[in-house]
Amino acid sequence: MTTLLLAEHDNARLDAQTAHALTAAAALGQPVHVLVAGGNCAPVAAAAARLAGVERVLVADDPRYADRAAEPLAALIIELASGYDAIVAAATSTGKDVLPRIAALLDVMQVSDIVAVESADTFRRPVYAGNAVELVHATDARKIITVRASAFAAAPEGGQAEIAPIAAAADPGLARVVEERTVKSDRPELTAARVIVSGGRAFASKEQFDALLIPLAEKLNAAIGASRAAVDAGYAANELQVGQTGKVVAPELYIACGISGAIQHLAGMKDSKVIVAINSDAGAPIFAVADYGLVGDIFELLPELTRAL
Amino acid sequence: MKVLVAVKRVVDANLRVRVKRDGSGVELDNVKMAMNPFDEIALEEAIRLKEKGAATEIVAVSVGPAKAEDTLRQALAMGADRAILVQHDGRAEPLGVAKALKALAASEAADLVLLGKQAIDDDSNQTGQMLAALMGRGQATFASKVEVTGTTLRVTREMDGGLRVVELELPAVVTVDLRLNTPRYASLPAIMKSRSKPLAKVQPADLGVDLTPRLEVLRTEEPPERKPGVMVASVAELVDKLRTEAKVIR
Repeated sequence: MTTLLLAEHDNARLDAQTAHALTAAAALGQPVHVLVAGGNCAPVAAAAARLAGVERVLVADDPRYADRAAEPLAALIIELASGYDAIVAAATSTGKDVLPRIAALLDVMQVSDIVAVESADTFRRPVYAGNAVELVHATDARKIITVRASAFAAAPEGGQAEIAPIAAAADPGLARVVEERTVKSDRPELTAARVIVSGGRAFASKEQFDALLIPLAEKLNAAIGASRAAVDAGYAANELQVGQTGKVVAPELYIACGISGAIQHLAGMKDSKVIVAINSDAGAPIFAVADYGLVGDIFELLPELTRAL
Repeated sequence: MKVLVAVKRVVDANLRVRVKRDGSGVELDNVKMAMNPFDEIALEEAIRLKEKGAATEIVAVSVGPAKAEDTLRQALAMGADRAILVQHDGRAEPLGVAKALKALAASEAADLVLLGKQAIDDDSNQTGQMLAALMGRGQATFASKVEVTGTTLRVTREMDGGLRVVELELPAVVTVDLRLNTPRYASLPAIMKSRSKPLAKVQPADLGVDLTPRLEVLRTEEPPERKPGVMVASVAELVDKLRTEAKVIR
């Protein structure tokens, strides 16, 4: 049989996390079809078809999928489900929203946020904010899985999958999007960045958060992240939150500035390749996961670091 | 508007759990338990809706062991009107919990079901979405603002790329995110009063629900450890290490 991978995108671009989730989907050992459901999403379908290891790209190009709302998307995938024995998506806000809906309708217990595929029915997934890892055997015949993209390498390009348009499914009409407040940033995306500079409560204001971190991020071509404390205090937008309940990242380099390192924050970044911690409190838990720790005042050290790069 | 709020008894979010040496799970003996923080936010929102006159009754529900009665008593002390415990020992999975909640939402004729977006023990992030699907109703996950006008719900959702505002008709399911509100502490008089509020106990079979897990946990392991790092004394030393040792910058 076949595995169906739901593509993550914004109608214009295929999100990089899809290529990572593809590696997990391919590890199930079956051919992979990618579903691109969107509105005016032809460029996304073309990008998905170029990923190595994709056999076919199904494209449901219809206005009802333009915002990837869970209810119509689930209705579409349910119509396709009989042809697939695994349905997979990256654990993005769309994947997390729609896959459990499909799982319930198929009477399948979903496996969330896997970090390793041991076999076609056995997976590793973090629990308790990553303080434990469970090896789970999914006993339902059909598998429904969300993937922690940062735990899998990206599938390379080089494929030439067939692109097959499919019909839209009936829209259950249960919810409507009335406003979208998406922030357009020139910075790399958090989940795709090679380097992340991240700030915490110690910045004390949004002005200082921006004034210290933006120049450093520009020097490093880095994404900007934040701890929950910084987001709660209004220093950074909610979509920048890194942690158990925010984004989970694993860049080459993560520079934690003025972040104490609560369990919930560590859960979102401790798999980064190299971690730097800069904090005035030498006893802060962030130093326990840091490869390089520097104790001192971020207001002095960050401008110095920016100049030194 | 009748509101059902699902609350789960979990390990206190401030504790760092220990994996048992034999790999059979995490150490839960003599560990402080608490209401799942996201569920606490869901309950607080229900109470605020009642204080604004939008909600008429709040029913708190938990699927769990006899001890989950403590969590429900806390919900009653915070402001829920009644509570229902679906008694179940052992692991409860989102699919089974969603089925139990669906049965209760139907028998209670709930207009709105509020839940935390995830439980901080299994980190599944599934129950609300599954419940909405089983009810055949709309869902608004990861809510940071909830407004009710008549039978229309307007919810601001926290998405990967920013915020999205959705509207849906009741009945509906909302799962809540961190920034929706700050839950209140129950006052001592409220705690006293909660002891006389009604708390019903039902069995899964009474609801026609089978809670047998579908995921078999073969082993629970420690996460991979990071090798110990070093402290550097200056920015110059840090930059040098990043360039020549870690080779992550040029």
